[in-house]
Formats: sequence, structure tokens, C-alpha cells
Amino acid sequence: MAKRFDVRQQNGFVTIAMVCFFLLYLPIGTLVVFAFNDNESLAIWKGFSLRWFHVAWNYTLVIESSIRSFQIAAVAAVLATITATMAALATTRTKPYRGLTLKYAFINQPLMVPEIVTAVALLIVFSRIKIWTGYSGLGYLIAAHTAFCIPFAYLPIRARLESMDLSLETAAADLYAGKWQAFRHVTLPLLWPGILAGLMLAFVVSLDDVVITEFVKSGGQDTLPTFMLGQIRRGVTPEINAISTVFLVLSIGIVTAFFFFSRKRT
Amino acid sequence: MATAKEIADKAESNDIRSRWLLSAPALLIVFLAALGPLLIVVVYSFLTPGNYGDVKWQFSTDAWVSVLLQRDAFDDTLSFASAHLSIFWRSVSLSAMTTILTLIFGFPTAYFIATRPEHRRDIWLFLITIPFWTNLLIRTFAMQEVLRNDGLINWLLQLLRITDHPIQLMYTNFAVLLGMVYVFLPLMVLPLYASMEKIDFRLIEAGYDLYATRFQVLRRIIVPLVAPGIVAGSILVFIPSLGAYVTPRVLGGGTNLMIGNLIELQFGQGRNWPLGAALSITLMAIVMVALLFYVRNMTRSDGSHG
Repeated sequence: MAKRFDVRQQNGFVTIAMVCFFLLYLPIGTLVVFAFNDNESLAIWKGFSLRWFHVAWNYTLVIESSIRSFQIAAVAAVLATITATMAALATTRTKPYRGLTLKYAFINQPLMVPEIVTAVALLIVFSRIKIWTGYSGLGYLIAAHTAFCIPFAYLPIRARLESMDLSLETAAADLYAGKWQAFRHVTLPLLWPGILAGLMLAFVVSLDDVVITEFVKSGGQDTLPTFMLGQIRRGVTPEINAISTVFLVLSIGIVTAFFFFSRKRT
Repeated sequence: MATAKEIADKAESNDIRSRWLLSAPALLIVFLAALGPLLIVVVYSFLTPGNYGDVKWQFSTDAWVSVLLQRDAFDDTLSFASAHLSIFWRSVSLSAMTTILTLIFGFPTAYFIATRPEHRRDIWLFLITIPFWTNLLIRTFAMQEVLRNDGLINWLLQLLRITDHPIQLMYTNFAVLLGMVYVFLPLMVLPLYASMEKIDFRLIEAGYDLYATRFQVLRRIIVPLVAPGIVAGSILVFIPSLGAYVTPRVLGGGTNLMIGNLIELQFGQGRNWPLGAALSITLMAIVMVALLFYVRNMTRSDGSHG
């Protein structure tokens, strides 16, 4: 029987798509498999083992830089989400006013500039401030991460706000709710999924950053990605595979949670 | 007594004031830790390099001159800085090739997703986004596992007896290209999908009814309809490729530098911060040209549909 003619079908597209999905997962698959390899050399399989996870776990620098990564990501994501929520409230559901377009451009600016340029710009500024104030704590990294996380938090929050009906707030006002009461009891609960999405995106983006952190950090302030970059430069060690695998599982976990969360709501 | 209009005006100006207050913290952070520093980079590009990094506060255009030209140490003549030019050329050509390759692979993939039944699309999209949200360094590192002398490809080639000794794949332009295609592919698929999702398939049916072949339908109907997605995806891939730093560093080694690595070199071993600053501004300028092209294309396509 001849296959039914389908207008949507294009010759070979399905094959290319399947190849694409396969190639997308091939390298990370390889990485994960070899993380369980009981061998000094990375590529020759010598049997299943958890020894590299064990080695990584006992490597204090790995643990320290992981904790630092999470600290920075948590603080930066929360700060970015709060300020982005405020900014989103200020830039949606309004008649155009002077400066509105400028605000959009401003908030999304970190997305338009190549990371390496932002990184050297921050290196210049922070190294000056470091000399003036003598302060060399995590503040610089947190400020930098907050700045480039703001657009990532802003976009989903704004999208959510724009799809929200203004009439509910108006109804609240008609029932004599104050501005704050209306926000607290009407706007915020409706906006919550957007805020959570923004928070998760900002957290993952901060956790991922290599370039800006590499330039802004002071001595001994490695995050997990910059620590790994240093390790890779010094020649590959098998525990990198193990660390990567843990990191991989973690980000996939966060993104999956986000996916199912946003699916249930809509 | 205030008229109704005056009251409304006052309410509106109050509203705008509170809107500025609300957005102030975000604007301030972006200004202090992203936009402001960029302006300082411009200033630094016109200063003299210090002895141990940093700068001397002395006006100079040397950095800008040496972006393109180099001064001969012996007779002080100027010639084109071939090292810089070749790095610029490599960056632009590798980024262009990355864009084209991601388009070749991404287009059918996005089309495939867009033509699935509605409830399945989410799952396919999700499969595209997972690698995208995985750490860039880890993805690049995973590519290294595939390309190394004792990596997956060489293992396969030797298993199939195509070669008896490993082929050098790492630390080549090819490795950098492959790495960038791998890393940036989702950035191409997502905007393509967004514009394909909106295709009215009745137009395609009409095309077939008028005896168009599959290829003609693709070229004359689908591609024009998806054009905004193609432009958006190309920009989203081209710009980060141009500034790529991690991928060429991990997969290209010390010899296959791109602009990003050249900039880093000036701030690190090179100790020529003004040159690094001038190179950064040059990179920004190329990016801005690409963005302008994008904006012009977008407004034009909006105009033709509206």
C-alpha cells in the first residue's frame, strides 16, 4: 500500500532531525559513560567503577568551588529575580511612556554584548575598585552575576505579566483593596509561576557562567566551572568526567522540574 | 478646584514616577555592572599600557593603530598586523560556517518538531533545550571526549580499520567548528521552530494543488514564511560564535585562537590592556553591525506582512 501523501512531510527532513537529536546527545552520553570507567586513560574501557566520583568527592577544591558556585548562584538569582520582577511590573501593562523603550534596551543589554567584552570591562572596573577599597570578597562576582542574570529573570516574568488580565486588579480595586493589598492578594499569586521560572533560569545561567567569573574572580575564588577550566588546561584528569556528570544530572534535574512545572500550569 | 483632566494627569504622572522607582534597582545594577564598565573600556582603549598590566593615564591611539597595523621594531614602518587579521578572519569565517551548518541541521529539525502533533511538540522541544541548559564548558569538554586521539571518533575509525593510527582532530579549526555547531545548535532550532509553528499549512497544500514539487514548495513557500526565524536564529548563533572564548580555548588549543582568546591574551600575558580594550570595542562594533542588519530585516518583514 502506498503511503498517504502528507503535505507536511518533506523529503529527508525526519532523517536529518533524528541525526540531529542523536548527535546532540552523543557527546554528553560518551562523557557520562566514561565517568564510570575504571581506568586512568579516559578512552579505554576497563570496567564499571565509581572511583572517579570518589576521587572528586575527596577533592576539597571541588567541594569548595561547588559550594561557592551555589552560593553565588543563589544570591545572584534571588537579587536578579526581585529587581527583574519590579522592573517587569514597571514596564508592562501600560501606555507607552517616555523612556520605556530605553528601559527595555537597558535591561536586555547584557544579552547583546559578547560575554568576553563584559568580562574584560568588569576586570578593568573591579580591579580599580579593589585597589581603592581593598575589598576582594565575593561581592564583585555576585554583582556581575546579578547583572547578567537580570534579563533572563526579566523575560519570563514579563511574558507572564503580559498575558495576565488587568481586570482582576481593577476588580480588587473596586472592592476597596489598597494598591498593596491588590498586589499581594491578586497580582503576586497570578505572577508566581513567572517569577519561579525567572528564578530558575537565573540560577542555571549563573551556575553555568565561565567567562565572566574567570575574569572577575580574585585568587582562591574558583567556581566549579572555572575550576574545571583550569583542570582541563592542565591536562585532562578522569575525575573531571565524574564532576561533569554530577553537574549534568543537576542541571537536567532543574530544567526538567521547570518543564513539568510550567506544563502543569498551562 | 481641580478638573477631572488635572486629576487624571496627576494620577498618570504619579504612575510614571512609581514605574521609574520600581525599575530603578534593575537599571542601576545593569548600569553599574554591565553598561557602565563598557564605557570605561572605550576610555581604556585610548590610554598607554602600564608596565605590569593596567594602564598609564596618558592619551594614546597606539592601541587602535595596532588593531590593524604593526610597527616594525627596526625601522618603525607600519604594515598590516597579519596575526590579528588572521584571527579576525578565522573568527568571522568560523562563525559564518557555524551559522550555516546549524541552519542546515536546525531547519529540518525545527520543521520536524513543528509538524508533530501538538501534544508531542513540547517533548521534542524539551529534548532540544536540555543540552542547551547544560553547562557550556561541560558540553565543550564532552566534545573533547569525541575528538581526542583516544576518543570516540578515532576509536570507531580504528575499529572499522579505516585507519591504523589516530587522526589528529583536536586543536584544529575543524574541532572548534564542530564544537561551536554542537554548542549553538539549540539557539538556531528554537527561533526557527517559533516561526514554523505559525505556518498555515493550507498555503503549502495550495502549492501542491498548483503542481509545485516538494522542493519548489520548500523554496517558494516554506523558506519565505520562515525567513524571520532564519534571520533571528542566524543572529543568535553568529553573535556568540564571534565572541566565543571557551570552545576555541578547549578544542582549539593555543594555535586556533579567536577574537575572544586574543582579547584575553592582551589582558593576561600580553599585558597590553589598551590593545585588549580596542579589540573588545572592535568585536562590539562587528556585533552591532550584525544586530543592525537584524533590526532592519525585522522591520522590513514586519512591514510587508502588516
